[in-house]
Amino acid sequence: MLTVGMIAPAELRARLSGDGLVLRTGPFTNLIRSNVPHLIDTVALMYADYPVEPGGGFADFHLDYSLARGMRRWFHAQVRFSYDGSTPFQPLPLAQAYPMLEWTMNWCVSQRAHTYLIIHAAVLEKHGRAIILPAPSGSGKSTLTAALLGHGWRLLSDEMTLVDLDDGNVVPLPRPVSLKNASIDIIRAFRPDAVLSRPVEQTTKGTIAHLKVPAGSIARAVEPARPAHIVFPCWEAGAPLQLELLPKARAFMQVADNCFNYQVLGARGFGALGRLIDASDAHLFRYSSLPDAMGLFERLALGEA
Amino acid sequence: MRLPLLVRALRDPGVVRGLDAAGWDMLLRQAGAANLDAALLVLLEDAGLLDIMPAAPRAHFEWTRAAVASHARATRYEVRQIGQALAGLGLPLILLKGAAYAMAGLGAGRGRLFSDIDILVPKAHLSEVEAALMMHGWITTHHDAYDQRYYRQWMHELPPMQHARRGNAIDVHHAILPETAPVRPDPDSLRAHARPVDGMPGLAVLAPHDMVLHSAVHLFFDGEFDKGLRDLFDLHRLLGQFGAEPGFWAGLPARARALQLGRPLFYALRYCRLVFGTAVPEEVMDVVAQDGPPPAMRPLMDSLFERALRPLHPSCETRASAIARFLLYVRGNWLRMPPLLLSRHLFHKAFIAPRAQTTP
Repeated sequence: MLTVGMIAPAELRARLSGDGLVLRTGPFTNLIRSNVPHLIDTVALMYADYPVEPGGGFADFHLDYSLARGMRRWFHAQVRFSYDGSTPFQPLPLAQAYPMLEWTMNWCVSQRAHTYLIIHAAVLEKHGRAIILPAPSGSGKSTLTAALLGHGWRLLSDEMTLVDLDDGNVVPLPRPVSLKNASIDIIRAFRPDAVLSRPVEQTTKGTIAHLKVPAGSIARAVEPARPAHIVFPCWEAGAPLQLELLPKARAFMQVADNCFNYQVLGARGFGALGRLIDASDAHLFRYSSLPDAMGLFERLALGEA
Repeated sequence: MRLPLLVRALRDPGVVRGLDAAGWDMLLRQAGAANLDAALLVLLEDAGLLDIMPAAPRAHFEWTRAAVASHARATRYEVRQIGQALAGLGLPLILLKGAAYAMAGLGAGRGRLFSDIDILVPKAHLSEVEAALMMHGWITTHHDAYDQRYYRQWMHELPPMQHARRGNAIDVHHAILPETAPVRPDPDSLRAHARPVDGMPGLAVLAPHDMVLHSAVHLFFDGEFDKGLRDLFDLHRLLGQFGAEPGFWAGLPARARALQLGRPLFYALRYCRLVFGTAVPEEVMDVVAQDGPPPAMRPLMDSLFERALRPLHPSCETRASAIARFLLYVRGNWLRMPPLLLSRHLFHKAFIAPRAQTTP
C-alpha cells in the first residue's frame, strides 16, 4: 500500500500542484490540490503514514488550497480554499493554510456524510472498548486524547465520532489531533516523543498545533470499535478526580446537543443515538492531573471502573 | 456543443451503465454543482439503476437521501407554521416554486431542494401578512434603508424574512415580476386561478399553466443563472407531467399571452427541447415562436443560453460561458428595471453599499 511518506518530496509537490493527491482518511477519499509550499510540507509530515489511492478515479471530496492571486499574493498573503470550483469560505492568512485544510476536511464530512450519526467528539479505543468524549472546545478533550495516544490507546477520531446507523459501531476517522493554546506546551512536556505541526498563531481559535496520529491507529483505520463509555470531560485547575454516572436521558440529550447531523437524520438519528446510549455508560468526568485521568481511563477500558 | 455528462444522464439515466469510476466522479460533481444531485438520485432509483453503482458514489446518494428526507420534513413543518401564522387573515396560502412542487406532490418536487419558501398574497394585504409573520417570529433580513426601499417600492416581494429561531426564510410575493418590469402579469388573475392542494385545507398552488409560466419567468427574466440548469429541469418535469393532461398544451400559448409572458414561454419551451429533449407539440412551438425574439437575434440568444444553462462546474466552464453569464446578468437587470433606475441601482450597489458596510 502506497503511503504519503513513500512519495519523494518533489513528486508529492508535483502531484499536489498538478492533478491532485488522493488521500484516504478512514472511509473517505480526499482529492487535494495545493500550490502552497509550507502546506505541502506540513501534509508530508502529518499525513506520512496515510494511504494514497490512485488518481483518475472517484474521490469523495475535491479540495483545493491555492495562494490567493493579485495583491493578496504579495501583501498580507492569503490562502484561498475552493471546493470543486466553488468558494464557500473567505480566504485566510497564508500562515493558516494547514489549520484551514483540517477544518475544511472536517466540514466536508460533517455537512455530507449522513450515513453516520456524526458526534462532535473524540473517540479512542483500548482492549476492544471505545470511549467517546463529546465536548465543546475548551473542555480539554483534545489534550486528554493527545496524552492517551502515547499510552497504547488507538485513535478513532479527535473531532468527529462516526456512528454507523446500521450496526452502532464507531467507524474510525483518525486525523491529526488539534491542540489549542496552553495544551500545546502541556503535551510537549507530557509527551516529548509527540510530533506536532508548527503552531499557528492568531487563528479564530487562538494558537493551534496538530499532533501527528500514531501509525498504528492509521493502520487500523479499517477496524470499527464497539462503544463502551461516553465520557464528558471537564478540566478544572486543582479539581480532584471525579467520575459521576450520568442518567441515560440526560446523556441522550447532551450527546444530541453535540451532534452535527442529529436533526438531519430524523427518526434514524433518534434510533441510532438511543442504541448508542443503551450500549454505553455515560459519565461526567472532572480532572486536573493528566496521569490520574489516564489511570482512570485504563480502568474504564478494562471494564473495572 | 456536446451536452455535459449530467445533462445526458438526466435525459437518459441509462447512460450511467457505461460509467467508470472517473465517470461517476464527474457525474456526481456536476450534479452537486448544479444542485441536481437529489433529482439525479430520484431518476436513477426510478430506473432501477442504483444497484449497478459502485459503492463509493452509491454512498453519496445515501447521504443525499438523508438530506432530502430532512428537507421534506422541514418543508412540511415550515409550511404548517406559516399556515398557522396567517390563519386569521382569511387568505388561502398560495405557495410558489419549490415549496409548491413539494406540497402539491408533483414530480418536479421530488429531489428538489430549496432554501426559502415563496408565497403569493394580495398586495392590499401585504402589511397584514408581514405583521402576522412578525408576530410569529419572522424578521426582516435587510435592514439597510436603501434595500428596504428597493424591495418595497420597486420589487414584487417584501424584503426576505427569516425565522428568528429556526433560521428558515420566507419570501412574500405580491406579484411574479417587479413593479418596474415592462410587463405586468396580473397577480389577481394568478390568484384567482390558483388551485387548492388535495388533502391540505387552506393550501393552494398556481394552476398548471401559471406554474409553468412562473417557472419560465423566474428563469428567463432573471439575471442569475447559477441555478439555471436546475430551473430548466423544473420546467422539463412540469411540462412532462402537465403535458399529459388533456387541454394543457392547447391552452398554454393563450394563457401566456394573457399574462404577457409569451417571450419567456418561448425560451422555456425552446431550451427544454434543446437541452432535455422535452416533448413539446410542434403546433404549440409554432404558435409560441411568434412571441420569440426576432429571428436575427436567435443565434445570439441560443449561444448565450446554451452556455449559461450548463452545470456551474469547472468541467463545463469556458471563457465564453463566463461572458455569456455576464451578458445575461446585464440583460436580466435590463428586463427588470428601466435604464435610469437600473443605473442608479447598480451605482448604489457598486459604490454606496460597500462604503456603508465598512463604516460601523
